[in-house]
Amino acid sequence: MAYVAVKGGERAIDNAHAWLAEARRGDPAVADIGTDQIAQQLGRAVDRAMAEGSLYDRDLAALAIKQAQGDLIEAAFLLRAFRTTLPRFAASLPLETGAIRPLRRISAVFKDLPGGQVLGPTTDYTHRLLDFSLTDGTPPPAAPLTAAEPEAMPRVHDILGREGLIEPDAPDGAEPGDLTREPLAFPAGRDLRLQALARGDEGFLLSLGYSSQRGYGNNHPFIGEIRMGEVAVEIEPPELGFAIEIGDLVLTECQMVNQFGGSKTTPAQFTRGYGLAFGQGERRAMAMALVDRSLRAAELGEDATAPGQNAEFVLGHCDNIEATGFVEHLKLPHYVDFQSELETLRRIRAESL
Amino acid sequence: MSKTERQLWMATLARAGRAEIERCLADAPALPTHKRLRGPETGLVMVRGRAGGGGAAFNFGEMTVTRCTVRAGERIGHAYIAGRDAAKAELAARLDAALQDSASADAFMRAVIEPLQALETERRAALAARAAATKVDFFTLATMRS
Amino acid sequence: MSLDLPGFADPVADAHATFRAVLDALAHPGRVQLAGTGLRPPAPLMPATAALLLTLVDVETPLWLAPDFWPAREWIVFHTGASPIDDPARAAFAVAATLSDFEGFSAGTDEAPETSATPIVQIAGFGVGQRLRLSGPGVRGSATLHADGLPPDFPALWAANHALYPRGVDLVLVAGEALVALPRSVRVERA
Repeated sequence: MAYVAVKGGERAIDNAHAWLAEARRGDPAVADIGTDQIAQQLGRAVDRAMAEGSLYDRDLAALAIKQAQGDLIEAAFLLRAFRTTLPRFAASLPLETGAIRPLRRISAVFKDLPGGQVLGPTTDYTHRLLDFSLTDGTPPPAAPLTAAEPEAMPRVHDILGREGLIEPDAPDGAEPGDLTREPLAFPAGRDLRLQALARGDEGFLLSLGYSSQRGYGNNHPFIGEIRMGEVAVEIEPPELGFAIEIGDLVLTECQMVNQFGGSKTTPAQFTRGYGLAFGQGERRAMAMALVDRSLRAAELGEDATAPGQNAEFVLGHCDNIEATGFVEHLKLPHYVDFQSELETLRRIRAESL
Repeated sequence: MSKTERQLWMATLARAGRAEIERCLADAPALPTHKRLRGPETGLVMVRGRAGGGGAAFNFGEMTVTRCTVRAGERIGHAYIAGRDAAKAELAARLDAALQDSASADAFMRAVIEPLQALETERRAALAARAAATKVDFFTLATMRS
Repeated sequence: MSLDLPGFADPVADAHATFRAVLDALAHPGRVQLAGTGLRPPAPLMPATAALLLTLVDVETPLWLAPDFWPAREWIVFHTGASPIDDPARAAFAVAATLSDFEGFSAGTDEAPETSATPIVQIAGFGVGQRLRLSGPGVRGSATLHADGLPPDFPALWAANHALYPRGVDLVLVAGEALVALPRSVRVERA
């Protein structure tokens, strides 16, 4: 592949940008949309832009969405570009998702469990009918409140773990790899796979997860638990020498319980798939958990035959910023390479006539 | 592990909005004059998770953070807060310094930290009450069936 | 307390200027560049060394400090975020006041020569002392460097480093607000 520097066109580009800005604004008779309105009222778009931009900042994501005219891949691209301008101060202590302040918590494997099933602000039970009352700006009725007593909410996996029914999961103290610093190399450890999936394209992860359910590397999943809520982020600055909370993130966590396996040395037990997403990203967290489990095929001694079990394929193509860059680069001038192909083709045709 | 008083006030200041801190400061003694030692400056923290929630750590994604360090008299105040509000980070660092000074600590605890903690408790309670209203009551279903 | 000594007055512009200075220094071996003008770092850090650290080192950079620089450790950690490491062989940057050899530092690998260390060595001054003739990429013909405070056998030490090319360390010499860089590609002889 070869590119040729092409000069000229600056005025056309300036004019195209001016038109883009005008088109973004739309009809000036219609009120300009505030980034605060996007942050407040288009929360799921903000969550997705943050997840795929791999940067948690609701206001920046809202701005990116406005600038990208709602194109979420473009918005994520803007966030990725912005983050490269900032120094990294620290890595956080690993999140204590077990201590999440839950806004939602459901399990599909146990009906009754300590802490109960909390639906939260879900669309699960809505009829998918367009609600025309939203067009006239009528304020919604207040959500009902119930006095809440604090109640422990142990993880479903810990409940299973007490009987040894699920594979154990313990911290190993190792420093995790970081694909924003070192390019991915294969085989990639689970730390790097989870990082790549956490910022991967939701549609791609969803389709891969779906393919695994349809038989392309079936891993027989159950939702052990989904939690969505607020979690504190802690860092330990060297000048302080102790950990401090710097704020809360809203996160969605999905714990899958997957098909069990065992051997002569280990008794049969369920296996795990894990998903974690910025914001209310339930579909993303579930898809990530399915793909995480699929990618564990080799380490769990399963045949890796399906696309979703192929780490090079999945991790090499899940990033929509990389994908859009490579697909869209086809718009760049390829005049010289194409010319050479034209000449070759003409020569072959001339020789064969 | 229980947190120290300083960890608690730093967490409270990190979560509070700048407008709320400023409102509380209106009823507090004037903050001592200060000198900036570092920042306020905005950067990133790489947020880490754990595989399966309790397993090996992985790099999950980044968040914006603003930090500031000031000297006020004998005290050095630090702040690291989520987001990009430089003015809030500076206020939080100044308050961290003032709260370490036993001569002024009580006044700032009463005027700023305690009201901010009350606001946060209230905000959490409001969310918890909404969540509790969506708790599924399977016990009722079982009763109906029997 | 060394935290009271500020870092860059204008972090973005000052870091850009320092980066440009060290880039020019590496591109023109032997040419003196200025960095850190106006900085008052804790002893024994010289202004140009401090500016280089503020520009090139962050929380993820493996930095090694010779023991004489430990008094400045708190300032370095506070302003750069780096936690100095014990093993010089793992360092991307190292700060020292004397130079015995380059053996302890990483020279990189043939596959990844860019992973080698960059030692920053503080010396007494430029324009006086040992006369060295430099030649190679970035030097038209040859250039002369006068440096006071290098070991007498520096040309031989450097020859061993230069012979490793494409491996080898890149050296930055600092005296006050002045700095000179010797990339591994440059030849150094006694003049």
